[in-house]
Amino acid sequence: MKKILLLAALLLSTSAIYAGGYRVAAQGQRALAMGHAGVAVVNSAETAFFNPSGIVMLEDRLNVSVGATAVISNVKWQNTATGEYSETDSPVGTPFYAYVTYKINEWMSAGLSVYTPYGSEVEWEKDWSGSHLVNNIDLAAIYIQPMISIKLSDHVSIGGGPIFVTGHVKFNRNIDQTLTDEEGNRSNVTIEDSGVTSWGWSASFTVAPTDDFRVAFNYRSKIIVDAENGDATFSNIPDSGLVPAENGVKQFNASLPMPAEMTIGAAWQMDEKWLFAFDYNRTYWESYENLDIDFVDPDVADSKNPRNYKNSSVYRFGAEYLASDNIALRAGYYYDQTPVREGYFAPETPRNDSQGFTAGLSYQVTDNIAIDASFLYVRFKETEASYDHYIVDGEQVPFKGTYKSNAFLPGIGVTYKL
Amino acid sequence: MKNYLKYIGISACVMFLSCEPEFDDQVQENDIYVSGDADFSNFVSVGNSLTSGYADNALYVQGQKNSFPNTMASKFALVGGGEFKQPLMADNLGGLLLSGQQIADNRLVLSVVSGEPSPEILAGTPATEITDKLSDSYNNMGVPGAKSFHLVAPGYGNPAGIATGQANPYFSRFASSESASVIEDAAAQNPSFFSLWIGNNDILSFATSGGLGVDQTGNLDPTTYGPEDITDPNVFASVYNDLLDALTANASGGVVFNIPDVTNIPFFTTVPNNALALDQAQAQGLTGFFQAFTGIATQALIQQGVPPAQAQALASQYEITFNEGPNKFLIAVEESQENPFGFRQMTEEELLLLTIDQGALQNSGYGSVALSPEVMQVLGLLQQGGTPTPQEAALVLDAVNPIADKDALDTDEIQTVQAAKESYNATIEGLAQANGLAFVDVDALMEEVSTTGIVYESGIMTSTFVTGGAFSLDGVHLTPRGYAFIASEAIRSINATYNSTVPTVNIGNFGTVTYSDKVQ
Repeated sequence: MKKILLLAALLLSTSAIYAGGYRVAAQGQRALAMGHAGVAVVNSAETAFFNPSGIVMLEDRLNVSVGATAVISNVKWQNTATGEYSETDSPVGTPFYAYVTYKINEWMSAGLSVYTPYGSEVEWEKDWSGSHLVNNIDLAAIYIQPMISIKLSDHVSIGGGPIFVTGHVKFNRNIDQTLTDEEGNRSNVTIEDSGVTSWGWSASFTVAPTDDFRVAFNYRSKIIVDAENGDATFSNIPDSGLVPAENGVKQFNASLPMPAEMTIGAAWQMDEKWLFAFDYNRTYWESYENLDIDFVDPDVADSKNPRNYKNSSVYRFGAEYLASDNIALRAGYYYDQTPVREGYFAPETPRNDSQGFTAGLSYQVTDNIAIDASFLYVRFKETEASYDHYIVDGEQVPFKGTYKSNAFLPGIGVTYKL
Repeated sequence: MKNYLKYIGISACVMFLSCEPEFDDQVQENDIYVSGDADFSNFVSVGNSLTSGYADNALYVQGQKNSFPNTMASKFALVGGGEFKQPLMADNLGGLLLSGQQIADNRLVLSVVSGEPSPEILAGTPATEITDKLSDSYNNMGVPGAKSFHLVAPGYGNPAGIATGQANPYFSRFASSESASVIEDAAAQNPSFFSLWIGNNDILSFATSGGLGVDQTGNLDPTTYGPEDITDPNVFASVYNDLLDALTANASGGVVFNIPDVTNIPFFTTVPNNALALDQAQAQGLTGFFQAFTGIATQALIQQGVPPAQAQALASQYEITFNEGPNKFLIAVEESQENPFGFRQMTEEELLLLTIDQGALQNSGYGSVALSPEVMQVLGLLQQGGTPTPQEAALVLDAVNPIADKDALDTDEIQTVQAAKESYNATIEGLAQANGLAFVDVDALMEEVSTTGIVYESGIMTSTFVTGGAFSLDGVHLTPRGYAFIASEAIRSINATYNSTVPTVNIGNFGTVTYSDKVQ
């Protein structure tokens, strides 16, 4: 146990997160192996994330789940009119989770969860054709949530709790399409802030009309993360009075929403061996209107970047099969709609509609300890897309091309029950 | 169990690496574009500064990287093109050293002088020593300063000839031997495809000298030409034919470029010939001055024995009227019987050079009259009906300060340049057709740049000096964006000629002028 906590602490310090839109659904290896459908599934401490109201329904007094996922993502971009081409070389992201639940009495449980639902790490080739929009981005948010779950009757429970968020962001792009210093190095700016905190909450309920069928609902609030007085470092700016910027550090303010997410789902224990789950997620991306970077110094022009996201849905399906007393096999599928509108496809979150194919297994090592493994392959359709809201001298200058992405997420975790 | 999981992990990772996303048709995998009838595997570019990537009055690394053939080669790489080697300079300053002595200035950057943007020389000690020979052979055989006949001249890269002007410092850096010619070194690379853009300097050096050189039309021996002379069109045609013979020997094809008109280049169009701005009093004063001048001139001519009626008629050409607002400058012409005092007002189409002393134009009466107090005194005397002494009369005659020949292109000079250009261009287009080569009508393209401008995704590129985006700070050579435009048009022409589908260039991704206050 001590070791596991140590591992979690190490992971906290690295906190590198997945690319491709900044909602990263990898909050439990058991659920992830079932298409990340888990709001109505109650069989481990993972429930603390998916549905706080469910933890009171866990059989054991103490439940612990910890795990981490490696995110290997690839994005390619090309423009067939000009033959330009680029691909990302993003570092491997590692979203993680740690959940503990404790049954205080028959009708009340408490829990604590730590997880990383939002993050993005995309690294394009430096000075690539879209470098005026992004060279690289590293964004991570860690959610820490205590919770209480109360059983109102044998069939209904409620739960919820406050969420504390701490995050960091680092983002680099070139100043414009062409500006260089005297040596031809492209002028660029890096904005960086860490230890940014904010608060939110989640609430949920579970209805179990029979022992083998459950319906659940979970809502996690929007959390706006405000970076204040972060560092914007300007580099390779030519030494010239004609350029309205200079090398060095300026302060900036920016805010980024972690949108609200609603999940409703059902789980059906068909027999002793088969379990089926379905989740519907609605993510309220409309709150992501702009990525605006406001420089504190009024002499430095603010950067306005419309995003204009729309709310989007994910449909998740999963199944579990108990192959033997100590091996459970899982598989799943999901369809994830993009929140990006036409003409707003920005390469720092190159996310179009995707399909996820998942598989995994648990191995019960002892009565108390199980090892959970999962694997997710995310397939994005090849898409012709453009970002039309980069403005030069009052004119829109679209950044167009064809994008093709995929991602692989192998994950491993441990489940402990007492 | 633990080991088992580890192996799953390892094998999974191996799998991921081979599972990169693939486009249905990949730009990089030769899925999309075809080379048609052309073979781009070994592309060699021959020419002058415009081929080398020269800009801002110097050759420097960033300019070379943005040279139009290098941009073309980056697109050819998608259809079987090979490496495109360039004789890169040692730095981004661009100055040249010959045995430690600087013989060419650093590049120009846009700085600020007394509040106004101004091209200035970038500070620093250049590192390019031309006696440091480069040993490789280079696909970019663009040699700044080369005229047509220089390309076939043996020994054009002989360091010993640089001081006397017999050889070229840029070529001497990478010439294969002391006796080599540019075309010989280019042909030795056995190009599968080539570009040739030559002939600009055959007229341009005459034009940028303000027409000080000689039009050598009729003189078939280029060894007798001065550096600012215009090459005889027959010499040009013969050399051009030889160049194409050498380049087409084994090539699948090539692209040739013609010569733009000097009247579309900011070096000649930036300083207006009517920038003599006068208020009403100044206009009246100048008009009065030339009335006085005409009177004195008449007297002077009569004294020289010219019959009075004729003297009056001759002197009346100097009775120039000035108006409130912009007026045309005065220009020096050769003194003759028709124009005994050797100046006149500029005509509409005559051009001033970018290198003219603009401060003198604005402040010291260059291009009009230097009205000293002494001269004003004489004018006052005349107004009161007095008769000036011969010395006083001479003061008035000498006060006229017309623009010198070296600072302007007059009508005759423009016609001379244009006649040569027309002749060269007819040769280039004719030989392109005869050899089945792709042809780029740079003359027409530059006309378009300077009239309507070239619209691209993030703006419009024009020939306006500094801000237009097409021309670099020397007013003659192009910016990276201007060169990218040339590359794009060349590719268009190549595609049409050779049934290829090489992708074109987004010129908005290429820069224009560099800003810096690190100036000398």
